[in-house]
Amino acid sequence: MYGKKVKLRLFFLSFIFLIVVLSVFLILKSLEENVVYFISPTEIKNLSKIDNTKRVRVGGMVKEETIKLSQNEVSFVITDFKNEINVNYSGAIPNLFSEGKGVVAEGYLSDRSFLKAKKILAKHDENYMPPEVKEALEKNK
Amino acid sequence: MISSHIGYYSLVLGFILSISLLIYSLFCFRKNNKQINQNVFSILFLQLFTVVISFISLVYSFVISDFSNETVYNNSHTTKPIFYKITGTWGNHEGSLLLWLLVLTLFIFLFIVFSKKQPTKYRLLSIFFQQIIICGFFLFLLLTSNPFNFLFPIPNEGLGLNPILQDPALAIHPPILYLGYVGSSIIFSASLASLVENNINSEWAAHIKKWILISWVFLTIGILLGSVWAYYELGWGGFWFWDPVENVSLMPWLCLTALIHTIIVLEKRNLLKSWTVVLSIATFTLSMSGTFLVRSGILNSVHTFANDPKRGVFILFFLFVLILLSLILFFIYQDKDNNSQKEFFLISKETSILINNWFMMYFLSVVLIGTIYPIFLEVLINEKISIGPPFFNKLLIPFVAIFLIFMTIGPKLNWIKDNYRGIKYLRIILFLICLILSFYLIKKTSSEILFTSLLGGAAIYLLLISIEDLFKKKYNISQVISHFGFSLFILSILINSLFSNEFSANMKVGQEISFKKEQIKFSKIKIFEKENYKSVVANFEIIDEKENVISLYPEIRIYNQPNILTSEADIISSVFSDKFMVMNLLKGEEIFNVRYQTKPFMIWIWLSAFLISFGGILSLFRRN
Repeated sequence: MYGKKVKLRLFFLSFIFLIVVLSVFLILKSLEENVVYFISPTEIKNLSKIDNTKRVRVGGMVKEETIKLSQNEVSFVITDFKNEINVNYSGAIPNLFSEGKGVVAEGYLSDRSFLKAKKILAKHDENYMPPEVKEALEKNK
Repeated sequence: MISSHIGYYSLVLGFILSISLLIYSLFCFRKNNKQINQNVFSILFLQLFTVVISFISLVYSFVISDFSNETVYNNSHTTKPIFYKITGTWGNHEGSLLLWLLVLTLFIFLFIVFSKKQPTKYRLLSIFFQQIIICGFFLFLLLTSNPFNFLFPIPNEGLGLNPILQDPALAIHPPILYLGYVGSSIIFSASLASLVENNINSEWAAHIKKWILISWVFLTIGILLGSVWAYYELGWGGFWFWDPVENVSLMPWLCLTALIHTIIVLEKRNLLKSWTVVLSIATFTLSMSGTFLVRSGILNSVHTFANDPKRGVFILFFLFVLILLSLILFFIYQDKDNNSQKEFFLISKETSILINNWFMMYFLSVVLIGTIYPIFLEVLINEKISIGPPFFNKLLIPFVAIFLIFMTIGPKLNWIKDNYRGIKYLRIILFLICLILSFYLIKKTSSEILFTSLLGGAAIYLLLISIEDLFKKKYNISQVISHFGFSLFILSILINSLFSNEFSANMKVGQEISFKKEQIKFSKIKIFEKENYKSVVANFEIIDEKENVISLYPEIRIYNQPNILTSEADIISSVFSDKFMVMNLLKGEEIFNVRYQTKPFMIWIWLSAFLISFGGILSLFRRN
């Protein structure tokens, strides 16, 4: 039979293997739950079903003259020049949020035309547009 | 004009010196001399000199606003304060790469000067490997990102520096962070040299340990400064966002932290040789990949200066060459009779350090996957996703809790073999107190997250144990300080995240809103014209239940060049809590979006992170 040392090493190796498998499993499972997908208003229109428990990011342009303010809320329309979605948001707003500029809103879809946003993403530069937005806009040109 | 010429040609000269060093160091290596040829020193010094000259001429071009230089034109402006003209030198792609190069050459020069006791051949090989890296960076600068490009006709005015980069914390954040990143290049070169020379032993460990500590200290402080900047200047109201760019700096840090622990095993027990080399290679590779990810524009963030695909491809290719080289060397020269007679016992200091390494590798893989998975998915199936903080919190928190418990045991164990007898009643009592505390925490905060409160308990336990150790003076003082700092760090973060309050609203001047037990009054607004921006300063009064009034002055800056709005948060820090207020323009200049936060223990987070690195600093100066 195998010596004691070999047995110990075998036990040790299988232990490590188990831990590695376990952590990979944990990571993958957690990934699946916490991934936020980026979609454009057009893609939302074409969705077969709306899952209002899943967080999504919607990107596009803030449509001109659609920003409406109340004390606790901001509402506006995100457009990709083909389709639109209404966004409702309460919270802090980043520096460069304004009409006619690119925006990414993260939150939950209530239906095909309404997003309850939890976060509006900050951008850092006047000319900068999130690559996702650029692509979404280009797709629809 | 003239300074650009000088800068450019001294860069070219530096590159030629680099090539000659590559050849010359191999030549000396063959000759088997006892001493390093004096010429090698001279060339190294000359190379450092050329890069310094080149760097100074770039700084000079920035100071005199020489817009015939393209880099200056793109990133500077005559109305900018002199301090930001200077720091603007490394606030852009080209300049920051020149800074990389400067630190690379500085480090190898210092390394050779301070390694006189080491074998000659090992030192020559270190020069050789370091010059490969330096050579690559010279090529990268000269071919794809020349900081001295000419512009004709010469513009009258520059485009200006991104205002969010005009901040004191950010002025020193890149140089310090680079000292950490680039410091890992020395570790990389030295361990490859040592591997080839079969020189990996206790003495080598004692010598390289200093360099590991140096880069670890700089990396820690560099990350801390970046985080301070994000809190004070970005106005996101937090200090860490699991942003890819932040993760990219955290990865080498985790690796380096593992290495700091492993190198002690190598020093004391002459074990874990290959693992040390693997960690050294991994640390530098992660630093390089970080540069690649940030510079190539794959990650979009504040740090993405310019997106030139050529640059990304170059770094990727260079990275590939370096990794391939180190892997080949590793497999050829790896110590074959590695599994020496020495044994690991289950209960010993080396095992506990190994456990530390496992945890570090787990943290590293979580951060790594969370950072690059979105990139892979986009490249492979063109699906755009992002991974938010919940992913990291969920995967890290439970393990950090266990990790903390191990941290209370590990450092107390003896080398080689220990036993269970060391357990004392005091510790058991402390442990029970902490358990009770964490259950209290669950009830008090009604937080359903079991692990969060366990984490709190574990952090308090480690805190108490390290305080106990501080008074005993039996243990390594720098280690105790760092570990104490870590427990305080986790605890402060925990308290900060559990007891933070946030309020946001859209307000007009004169409006008053109540939030929790406080009244928030928007009393007035003032407008100032400053040197290169217009400043809109609001005055808010926070009135608490005891009628105490605190005034906060958040500001909006409208920069003229480039035309950008930034929000300057106003923060009132006290020992136990920060009051944070930031506002933003919304539609015209009437209604402001206001965000008010109370954040407990912010100062403690900075302080404890500094304590962690302070342990490292102390360890550098001790003994010798």
